[in-house]
Amino acid sequence: MLKLENISMTVNGNNGENREILRGINLEFVPGKLYAITGPNGGGKTSIAKIIMGIYQHVSGHIFLNGEEISGLNITERARRGIVYAFQHPPRFKGLTVGNLVRIANPDIDNLILRSTLRNVGLCPEDYLDRDVGPGLSGGEIKRVEVAQVLARDALITIFDEPEAGVDLWTIQKLIGIIAEKYLSNPDSIGIVITHNENMLHICDEIILIDEGSVKAIGNAEEIWPLIRDDMECKMKEQCRGEVVYEL
Amino acid sequence: MNFKDLDMQLLDTISDLKGIPKQGAINIRRDGQAIVQKSSPNIEVKSKTDKPGLTVIVKAGTKDEIVHVPVILTQAGYKDRVYNSFIIGENADVTIIAGCGIHNDSHGDSSHEGIHEITVKKGARIKYVEKHYGQGEGAGKRIFTPSTLINVESEASAEMEMVQIKGVDDTVRSTVAHIHEQASLKIIERLLTHGNQKAESAIEISIEGKGGSGQILSRSVAKDDSVQIFKASLLGKTECIGHVECDSIIMGNARIKSAPELVAENADAVLTHEAAIGKIAGEQLIKLMSLGLTEKEAIDTILDSFLN
Repeated sequence: MLKLENISMTVNGNNGENREILRGINLEFVPGKLYAITGPNGGGKTSIAKIIMGIYQHVSGHIFLNGEEISGLNITERARRGIVYAFQHPPRFKGLTVGNLVRIANPDIDNLILRSTLRNVGLCPEDYLDRDVGPGLSGGEIKRVEVAQVLARDALITIFDEPEAGVDLWTIQKLIGIIAEKYLSNPDSIGIVITHNENMLHICDEIILIDEGSVKAIGNAEEIWPLIRDDMECKMKEQCRGEVVYEL
Repeated sequence: MNFKDLDMQLLDTISDLKGIPKQGAINIRRDGQAIVQKSSPNIEVKSKTDKPGLTVIVKAGTKDEIVHVPVILTQAGYKDRVYNSFIIGENADVTIIAGCGIHNDSHGDSSHEGIHEITVKKGARIKYVEKHYGQGEGAGKRIFTPSTLINVESEASAEMEMVQIKGVDDTVRSTVAHIHEQASLKIIERLLTHGNQKAESAIEISIEGKGGSGQILSRSVAKDDSVQIFKASLLGKTECIGHVECDSIIMGNARIKSAPELVAENADAVLTHEAAIGKIAGEQLIKLMSLGLTEKEAIDTILDSFLN
């Protein structure tokens, strides 16, 4: 089980003043469930993911993995304990091939499984195995390579940060199917998806709505979706000075 | 000829030789002497009579053969100069594995000056691989000053891969190329410097024949207090295509100067260049660490991939 206890985080704002971007986050993630974290842009979703992975270190509160406090562990140590994070904006690597990057994620991966993992995210192994994860790949292709890596790692806790962003509709549907198959009712793993995609939200067991650095609600899709819809409508009205320009 | 372990280790590093090949043409030069020299039915290898070095003549039409011409320096403070000529016959297709490894445990400098002239005749293809490597605990430097003149005749093509692996204190490399009608040349340079090493490379490609193409791809890593200077010049005299790409990773207190130059003397010459120098991006390190690598393993992976 992964437990976040009273997590808060403050950053320096543009005006030089401290700004609290997460406030007293308490969450529990148990194996066998697929979680969604959703909410408006800038609400703190990616910050939570990066805190779990250890990318953001200067936070208050505690993180426990299967009873062990991991708050003081660095990224590598957390990765080796079974946490993996698929970046929203993955970096590129000149000279590193797609095949070798996936093999870094899982050095023991069988060639057949490597190839099927690439195929699952819409990358033909014949075309992509030896290609650089460099400027020659489009943004969508880079995202698919990113998802392939974390799937190949087969970790205890897998966090996907907006896997649908920049990916074509056909691949999104395929990704939803793969994530559902791999993480729903799998007693050995926890899947966490940061997403704005309605179809993705509907396959998740539990949805965590984050806004303005706090947990606003936790529930299933039927419970949370009306809140999201109301919240979006409210925000649109605020942004357009009361003029409704978009009907959900 | 008896080879010492040191000889074989150097040969393996610079030319992947695990032993002396039973077939094919070869010349191994150790401390100024050709200790193995063998021709094949299609490739003649012979020592020059007027100066140190050798001439390699590939018969027209020869296909898929490899010539090994490595040089190793193991004597303390040895200074070697060699003149090599390669003549690749029409429509031949061969690979030349050159390279030099210096082991210097002394306080005197060891140096290798290789002066090469390569002629690729009409319709021929050549791949030329040259790796430089230095090792040894002595305070004496390991110095390389290779200069290469390559002439790629009409409809011929050449690929030159020039790699400085590590342990080379000073390098001044000069490469001059002439490309003729419908001919092509691709030069790939990989360079690693560390400590107080200095490396300078100047490549000049002159595209003189209509439809010719030239390409320079350079990747380098400069660590510690090392210094690199890279000059790449493309001259398009006629309708042609040329491209220069220089990418460098800079670390520590290293300094890199990258100076691509394009000169077009014809309105139909299409010449382009890209140059970038930067440190390893933090997000690259974080990505690899999130896959279980330590920071050092992540840096090594990024550098190895970049240079390979």
